[in-house]
Amino acid sequence: MISARFTGRQGEFTLDAAFDVPGQGVTALFGPSGCGKTTVLRCMAGLARLPGGHLTVNGVTWQEGRRITPPHRRAVGYVFQEASLFTHLSVHENLIYGLRRARGPLRISEAEVTQLLGIAPLLSRPTATLSGGERQRVAIGRALLSQPELLLMDEPLSALDRISRDEILPYLERLHASLQMPVILVSHDLSEVERLADTLVLMEAGRVRAAGPIAAMQADPNLPLIHRPDLAAVIEGVVVALDPAYGLSTLQVPGGRIVVPGNLGPIGTRRRLRVPATDVSLGRHAPSDTTILNALPALILGAEAAAGYQVTVRLALGASGEGASLLARVSRKSFDLLGFQPGEKVVARLKAMALSAPAQTGG
Amino acid sequence: MMEGTLLDAEMLTTLALTLKLATVTTVLLLVLGTPLAWWLSRGGGLWKEIVATLVSLPIVLPPTVLGFYLLIAMGPHSPLTDLLGVKLSFTFAGLVVGSVVYSLPFVVNPIRNAFAAMGPRPMEVAATLRASPLNAFFTVALPQATPGLITGAILGFAHTVGEFGVVLMIGGGIPGQTKVLSVTIFDYVETLEWDKAHVLAGGMLAMSFVVILAMMLIERRFGTGARR
Repeated sequence: MISARFTGRQGEFTLDAAFDVPGQGVTALFGPSGCGKTTVLRCMAGLARLPGGHLTVNGVTWQEGRRITPPHRRAVGYVFQEASLFTHLSVHENLIYGLRRARGPLRISEAEVTQLLGIAPLLSRPTATLSGGERQRVAIGRALLSQPELLLMDEPLSALDRISRDEILPYLERLHASLQMPVILVSHDLSEVERLADTLVLMEAGRVRAAGPIAAMQADPNLPLIHRPDLAAVIEGVVVALDPAYGLSTLQVPGGRIVVPGNLGPIGTRRRLRVPATDVSLGRHAPSDTTILNALPALILGAEAAAGYQVTVRLALGASGEGASLLARVSRKSFDLLGFQPGEKVVARLKAMALSAPAQTGG
Repeated sequence: MMEGTLLDAEMLTTLALTLKLATVTTVLLLVLGTPLAWWLSRGGGLWKEIVATLVSLPIVLPPTVLGFYLLIAMGPHSPLTDLLGVKLSFTFAGLVVGSVVYSLPFVVNPIRNAFAAMGPRPMEVAATLRASPLNAFFTVALPQATPGLITGAILGFAHTVGEFGVVLMIGGGIPGQTKVLSVTIFDYVETLEWDKAHVLAGGMLAMSFVVILAMMLIERRFGTGARR
């Protein structure tokens, strides 16, 4: 359990942010620029000090009002927006700077980090010759090797171009899958959050608007996420069947099975799907002749008017709505013509191709 | 060597004294000036600006003004003399004190600028990697500020070698004790020993040229290597 509260003024800005999130998995601090996400993260590391606040991470108290543990006495790893490698040290010296100074049991070894982040070929190169993505990978490895009990990442991808970003995301997903330590990720990019986060802390103007599991937050009609044009549902599942002849994988998700293009890994692998609301359509009966592979029974929970003469329909998979939450964005006209009502059982059709950017998640 | 024939015993004594003074002064300035530069480079505040102004005063003050006040401070019956129990004026130690004050900005300012250019980030990174502030200072701040330290050391050394007004005021010109290069040149000119003045003055000119060239080369090398 991570319990945080930070209140105070920094110049013109007033911060009053409090949240309790699980002491494992990835928690995203999400919100527009200037909402105080980074300040919260800096307070969590002890780099910024707000006397009104407290912070407890899995039983260890790092701040209680004015009693603030200095950053170098906290088992915290911090990945800054820019990699900030030490230019006077080699890649390898950068990597082990924190390892040399770490106290307590060794949780992750140099070999593991090197392998996990694919850093081995970089070790002998001068820091100045690394690309942005390579630098950030070294910075992440350096933070991990300091043996943190909490890893803090401040928009680790935002300073990178698209190519470097795509290069580094799979590494972050591998971290998520293989590490036990909790991660707090600051981000203003929802797609990044949807790929990586388990828990979402939604921030607005220095305050926490809401916090909870990402799927529940996406489907909450009282939160602004539901009105976003790029609205999507995050659904986690396990690979239960592979069909190499057609290049398809079947995922068991709560309340149904979803067929996804591509080989998602051996049977039993946990994967995360991002299902855009615009790729989900609704009907009363299972389609008999259509190219759509996925038709899942679902229950309508509610519907919200959306911009552009559309309706956002909140659904739960399964005949009685016991499964994962799903979101559909359909035109207002068809919604009214079909006369859907909350509590009604429908068939949700998912375009299989829409699921082609899955991400590995922890199990 | 040609210089062996050019330099007589008096010149050698003077030269040795000058180099000794400059070396002692530079070492002291690095030891005292680096923490001062660090303090000045972190954060603002009126206090720091006042101290920074005091540090920079020797750049604009006529050396005689500085020397005059130092002479009073180090002379008989001054509070400093009473405190120390010894009179510093017209001694080598007094010359060192005067040189430290006189060359202070030339050492502190480049180091301060190097620390300031580094920004707060490297120290924050070090802190999140479990380095204590002192440990981070020695393993991150100092190495990253190396060009500034080298520039400061060279400038401090060269400036001390070249000082005249201050040493004349507080040191007089006691051979072997306080008679440094610049004072010796002045004496030669006064006594119309132009040949000897030429040797020392030419040597100073050449040294200054080499010093500044070396500094430029160092800055260029570190400047392209580190700023990326």
